[in-house]
Amino acid sequence: MKVLTHNTLKSQDVIDRYFLEHRAKLIDLAAFLDRLDRTCDHDIAASDYRIAALFRALNVLSDGRTNRAGRVLEIFSDKMTELPQSANGAKSATGAAREEGDSR
Amino acid sequence: MNYIDPHIHMVSRTTDDYMRMAHAGCVCITEPAFWNGFDRGSVEGFHDYFLQLTEYEPRRAGRYHIDYYSWICINPKEADDPVFAREVIAIIPEFLDSPRVVGIGEIGLNKNTKNELMILEEQIALAEKYDQLILVHTPHLEDKLKGTRLIMDAIRSFSGINPDKILIDHAEEHTVVEILDRGYWAGLTIYPNTKCTPQRAVDIIEIYGPDRIWVNSASDWGHSDPLSVPKMRFEMKQRGHSQEMIEKITYRNPIEFLSQSEKFRYVYE
Repeated sequence: MKVLTHNTLKSQDVIDRYFLEHRAKLIDLAAFLDRLDRTCDHDIAASDYRIAALFRALNVLSDGRTNRAGRVLEIFSDKMTELPQSANGAKSATGAAREEGDSR
Repeated sequence: MNYIDPHIHMVSRTTDDYMRMAHAGCVCITEPAFWNGFDRGSVEGFHDYFLQLTEYEPRRAGRYHIDYYSWICINPKEADDPVFAREVIAIIPEFLDSPRVVGIGEIGLNKNTKNELMILEEQIALAEKYDQLILVHTPHLEDKLKGTRLIMDAIRSFSGINPDKILIDHAEEHTVVEILDRGYWAGLTIYPNTKCTPQRAVDIIEIYGPDRIWVNSASDWGHSDPLSVPKMRFEMKQRGHSQEMIEKITYRNPIEFLSQSEKFRYVYE
């Protein structure tokens, strides 16, 4: 699919408009990780598959390549090919999929 | 400026929401059948729900000058019991004659199970048999990418189904390209935490263009916002997009897709 570049904004417009919002989101993420560190069982929490996926996704932000949002979403996606017969009553998703090597 | 919210669950919303949406410019909505937060225990429960979608809710919306249409199906979250799901599917045809029903939806997958896939295929066959539009629900979060591909593969096995008549909803950055490349329409849902923000939805439109995409709130009984479509329109306006472009995404595109149903009689104002 052809990717369009008809964004009407200049880079300075984007930074001026969105920087504070995303600065705040980054600090929220840092505070969340600090909160985890303060838990009484933080060594276990750090090995949770969702937190492992989060750290894998963080690498995408600074790799200098485009389509960061799509690639972050792929990191959180289930890559298993087999299908269960039934969900056995499960309805909800957790936001990340377990991968080989994830301990919990 | 008028807009359409083509995917919203008004049975879960208050009359105040209708009022606020009307004040914001909403002139038309379509409501897919969905999971109401608990599993219904009988076919009669679904029958009553389908009556609500085809008879009661259009009148409630009409009081706020909002033209109302619905979609009928058994949703994927209640489709994991094939015996029960087939009993519900058996009563769907009687509702397809309703002047307010524009198609089968929102069908799809939730946890990507074999049972869900089987019932999805049976409802695609129903849409093929009755020549209905299809509105597809794609799974949440980590299940979305795999589920979206499974759904598109399932649809492809029906030779009588025209991709032009199918909208695959809740697309995000990792699924929208494949949906459009395979010839379907794509829906972007503005929903807190688990789907797109107004900003990301506008990003996707800027990157992939404004054709064959609609935007909706999918507002329901959960944490959601029935005014998210006008908020996305405001985001487009702030970025300098033209009124024509904003109208295309949030008004003319839904009309173009939905007008493929002879039941959809909303006309441009």
